Amino acid sequence: MSDDKTVTDFSEVSIDPTAAEMLQIAEERGIETVFSRVREIKPCSTGATSGCCKVCAMGPCRVIGKYERGVCGATRETIAARNFLRQVAAGAAAHSDHGRDAALALKAIAVGEIEEGTIADEIKLVRVAGYLGIDPTGKDVMTLVGEVADAALAQFGQQAGELAYVARAPKKRQELWRSCGVMPRGVDREIVESMHRTHVGTDQNYHSLLDGAIKCALSDGWGGSMLATDLQDILYGTPKAIRSSANLGVLSESKVNVVVHGHEPLLASMIIDATREPVMTELAKSLGADGINVVGLCCTANESLMRQGIAPAGNMLHQELAVLTGAVEAMVVDVQCIFQGLDDVSSHFHTMFVTTSPKAVIGNSLHIVVDEHRPREAAREIVRRAIENFPNRKDVHIPNVSEPLIAGFSHEYIRYMLGGKMRASLNPLNENIVNGRIRGVAAVVGCSNARSVQDFAVVNIVRELIANNVLVVATGCAAITSGKHGLLTPETMEYAGETLREVCETVGIPPVLHVGSCVDNSRILTILADVVATGGLGDDIAGLPAVALSPEWFSEKALDIATYVVGSGAHVIFSGVGSPVANSPIVEEYMISGWTERYGGSLRFIKEPQDAVVAALDLIDNARKALKIDVPQERVLFDMDMRREL
Amino acid sequence: MSKIIASAAIRGAHSVFAKTEAKLARAKESFGADAAIELPNTGYYLPVIYGLTGEKVEKLSDMDAVLAYASDLLPEVPSEKLWLPYLGTTLDAGIATLLAEECHEALNYLDNDPPPVTDLWLGAADDVIMRARGVEFVDGSAPGFAAVVGAAPDNETAVRLAREMQEKMLYVFMAGHDNGVAFGEQLDAEGIQLGWDTRLVPFGREVYSQIYSIGFATRAAMAFGGVRPGDYERILAYNKSRIFAFVLALGEVTDEWYATAAGAISYGFPTIATSGIPQILPTGVCTYEHVVSNISCDELVQRAIEVRGLKIKVLDIPIPVSYGPAFEGERVRKEDMYAEAGGQKTAAFEFVRTLDASEVTEGKIEVVGPELEELEPGALVPLGIVVDVSGRKMQSDFEPVIERQLHHLVCFAEGVLHMGQRDLLWLRVSKAARSKGFKLEHIGEILHAKLLDEFEAIIDKVQVTIYTDEAKVLEMRETARKTYAKRDERMAGLTDETVDVFYSCTLCQSFAPTHVCVVTPERIGLCGAYNWLDAKASNELNPTGHNQPIAKGLVVDELAGQWSGVNEFISEKSGGAVERMSCYSLLTDPMTSCGCFMAVIALLPMCNGVMIVNREFQGMTPSGMKFSTLAGAVGGGVQVPGFMGIGRGYIASKKFLSAEGGFARVVWMPKDLKEAMRSFLAPRLEEMGKPDFLEMVADETVAETEEGVLEFITSTGHPALAMDPLL
Repeated sequence: MSDDKTVTDFSEVSIDPTAAEMLQIAEERGIETVFSRVREIKPCSTGATSGCCKVCAMGPCRVIGKYERGVCGATRETIAARNFLRQVAAGAAAHSDHGRDAALALKAIAVGEIEEGTIADEIKLVRVAGYLGIDPTGKDVMTLVGEVADAALAQFGQQAGELAYVARAPKKRQELWRSCGVMPRGVDREIVESMHRTHVGTDQNYHSLLDGAIKCALSDGWGGSMLATDLQDILYGTPKAIRSSANLGVLSESKVNVVVHGHEPLLASMIIDATREPVMTELAKSLGADGINVVGLCCTANESLMRQGIAPAGNMLHQELAVLTGAVEAMVVDVQCIFQGLDDVSSHFHTMFVTTSPKAVIGNSLHIVVDEHRPREAAREIVRRAIENFPNRKDVHIPNVSEPLIAGFSHEYIRYMLGGKMRASLNPLNENIVNGRIRGVAAVVGCSNARSVQDFAVVNIVRELIANNVLVVATGCAAITSGKHGLLTPETMEYAGETLREVCETVGIPPVLHVGSCVDNSRILTILADVVATGGLGDDIAGLPAVALSPEWFSEKALDIATYVVGSGAHVIFSGVGSPVANSPIVEEYMISGWTERYGGSLRFIKEPQDAVVAALDLIDNARKALKIDVPQERVLFDMDMRREL
Repeated sequence: MSKIIASAAIRGAHSVFAKTEAKLARAKESFGADAAIELPNTGYYLPVIYGLTGEKVEKLSDMDAVLAYASDLLPEVPSEKLWLPYLGTTLDAGIATLLAEECHEALNYLDNDPPPVTDLWLGAADDVIMRARGVEFVDGSAPGFAAVVGAAPDNETAVRLAREMQEKMLYVFMAGHDNGVAFGEQLDAEGIQLGWDTRLVPFGREVYSQIYSIGFATRAAMAFGGVRPGDYERILAYNKSRIFAFVLALGEVTDEWYATAAGAISYGFPTIATSGIPQILPTGVCTYEHVVSNISCDELVQRAIEVRGLKIKVLDIPIPVSYGPAFEGERVRKEDMYAEAGGQKTAAFEFVRTLDASEVTEGKIEVVGPELEELEPGALVPLGIVVDVSGRKMQSDFEPVIERQLHHLVCFAEGVLHMGQRDLLWLRVSKAARSKGFKLEHIGEILHAKLLDEFEAIIDKVQVTIYTDEAKVLEMRETARKTYAKRDERMAGLTDETVDVFYSCTLCQSFAPTHVCVVTPERIGLCGAYNWLDAKASNELNPTGHNQPIAKGLVVDELAGQWSGVNEFISEKSGGAVERMSCYSLLTDPMTSCGCFMAVIALLPMCNGVMIVNREFQGMTPSGMKFSTLAGAVGGGVQVPGFMGIGRGYIASKKFLSAEGGFARVVWMPKDLKEAMRSFLAPRLEEMGKPDFLEMVADETVAETEEGVLEFITSTGHPALAMDPLL
């Protein structure tokens, strides 16, 4: 990639043609974006590898080169592990707080605070009640909603014992967590304890710090995030297969465009509802628009795509690009992964930049809070002001680029699609893994990162994996990336290896399944646990021919996710930017071999996508070998005696 | 390519649904919404619907909810591009098809359009058939069934396929035609005997009638597997792992065939097709492949068996006719008969005896007297079949066990009829069998091969001598008669008190996983197939098999037949679910029941007595329930005091309900059962001092309600009324 400040060959920053088209406009108009700034600002090489410790005022200490210890005597290992744990804690806090907001929304519905507050999935409500130890017998829906909300909220503040959801993990895994002392007690407690551990002069042993990271991350994966997913399914519906399309082409020339961006579905859901009110449509028409078009960005897009089929305009790196079309009346955001740069880009257009979370005011944003208290009123105000902004549109340039896609592959839907209502299960998945048609399963997850060529790593890794008969499940921005590049259509099976294609043909699925947002990585955990429970592939998540890849990761949440996946027993490969603990080769190696030995999972940083694929296939093949399914399975024919044993 | 199948199946489901909806509307118009609707003699309503949804369809309007349920399952046909996943929806479409088809076929019984039963087509299998045939699925004599749709390319191939499946012991359920030609019609045209007895069962002319195959399978899960109606997950899981069935699609596969096959796939029943339709090879819903196509008729049956994951052991016996249980029910009519023995026309007997190893020449088969070829067609011959066996573990107690096997072993040969036993033997060989070269020595070949195979643990050597020389027959019959008499003495002396061990029987655990029978000398197994000696021999044959010795232990309750050892055994085997079990009581810890019992005893509280109903009796009983309903309440391995399944032999046992006062408690039984049991009961009635007791017992000709029974037994002075109160 060129080091020039001015990038003219935009194909080098992204393989998505809309990026080049939009960045051309930005360049012409002298508007800064993440893509231009990333070239101006070099990453701090000391910070990037955890050579820097700034937890006390005797430092910051740059423990690089000839230095092995900071002023207080903390070693490179301690500093790397401590910084890592802090990042994991920040990621876990963000995800889990998201889960708390879902619980608060549920509670608000139970007490009637949200106008026309209803829930969408009563079956899931009953099931979740069961997980949380609530007997649903004889209770009316709203009573149960209230009890589930209270029990969910209690999971955050719980001080002792074990999180309720850990019981959904394989028994062997639970025992391992207990024996390693990493069984999470309460969500908030583990995050607070992580901040405490990393305070100056506290935990200063990298084994202990990294166990702390596992425990903290598990409190998110099997706690905050899993609650977020479940409660949102109750609130807004458990996803099932749905059609949509992705990329900037989903913006409308003729309609009022409202872009929802961030992470929590409450905002999107309220905005969508408001746009469907006849009074709003009439207002839009009166101002010359054909209607109102709500599209999504980042994980808000994923949440509303999975449940309502709302089209994603792009992944995280598309946020400024969307505004550059000149067609966005309102960019409405809540939390996480929202660039402050949006404030500046919006100021060059008529776009109204609205922040809605009490936790996130950004620059000079118009701040209208949409939370569990009276959210409909606030959403109506935003939509009304967006419509009223329509006449202020000037030049509009919407790239005519979008790809159709299928999304909606929740754990429940995957079970359904494999057996229908009456035979719903993961059995066909397991059997086709055992018989080798599916070589393994890879979760391609995470972000997009301006330090890499946008979409390049995700697209190439996904293509390579499916060509090698690896079924891909995708979440977060990696899922949107896959969608933008046409990898989420069933027709994509054409590019899958022959045996994977047979399975795709049988079920009618794309070889890449969109499983949801980044909190929905919890769906991958419950799917893995179900794979184990279904049988034939061992008794723990560790050992499954499954691997997770985050080819374009950028956030602390990504590190948190990686860590809970490792703690759950799976191998994780990050590519693109290098290891955040590279200043300590010992810690870097421990995350591979030490964690493998202790948890059966590992976290490795492999910069080049093609190397990441080779490593992923190796890990999958090794797991197949250990399970003795690397050779063709013999057909067992049952005689009467064998049938009696069944 | 399976999108083609999905699309066709979903189109077919819509078509079946629409036709059923229209037929129901017409029926409501003609007969009214409250018109009763039922399939003949079943306690499971419309069994597929009842099993999968829990809905009891009793009148036309009850079908509305079923069709609404089916309608919710009916998906859209997959779009040409950007289709949504279709496997799950296709399976839903299949289930919707089955629900609609069952309504459709039940409506035929009301509107007779078309008539569900004709000279050829049999219509629905009732509960008697399901339970009786179910036993064969239990003991392995029927490894599974083939649901045949369509027709073979020609009649000859149809016969060959049918014979092949019969030899592999499979039931063949036929429904559906290929462009106007049906498999059943092809067999009928070739003079093949059709019906339950020959395992070639023509259900109906349209593919819809395959619902009776599915109904059979669904009831098996409820009757034998103890699955509750509406628990569709377990109904289907039971079928996938225990009912080894498959669909043979012969000819052009229509949308409605696809739809029906999709329903079968949810049961774990794959489709094997002769035409070049797309395949579905990846596994997961069925045990192995889901749809396999383009298979020639020569390979069809073998391929189907492999696809279903079934292993069928067929012994190769050097005889010129087909051999298998399907031929047991075949009749040999007088005009078709080549030769006949016994049947009170000539002396005939069969006899198994143990000899010292030195006296038995392994494999020697000798015919003493004229062979068949030396006889004129229609000949009457004296006959003695003497089987000499030796073996280190052979005991004289096993002789009658082995001897009783002779009936079915000989009967399994195509064109050979065998009835009776001992010196009441009656045997016929058909002209057809003779023309294929069948000789009496082949009976020897059969017995030699099968006995060595089935009793390999106790028999080392077998020689068979077949006598047709009258003088020799009479001489050997005397020898045999002496042994018969000794055996009878031994049996009479064999009581529950004189043995130390009973035997468990879990033969039906492939089918009824929660039930354990306790077989004692004086209480035969519920299915009537296994007595104490059988169980003992079976344990000797296979010490880790399904008949385990149970040390009686200490007497807990003599009258009720309760022993500490039996209780411990039952408690362990049931995982603590059943802690105590009485062998002779209906009310105190009665034995649990599988699904294959021959009769049910039920309490009639007003009469202070009990009724017994056998599974062949289809009418209403004084308990207010038909046999099928009672059976549904009793099965599934749970104790239900006041209700109990039994083998018929137990009725004549000295230990019959001794806890409740014995046979004197019986106040009602069907007339046919009375007659069938009369001679066996005679000694009991003598002991009771009431040789005419059966005349005091009510039957369906005098009472169909409990009040009616009470009135009748009051008038006959039945002793039950004066006995201790039962409750």
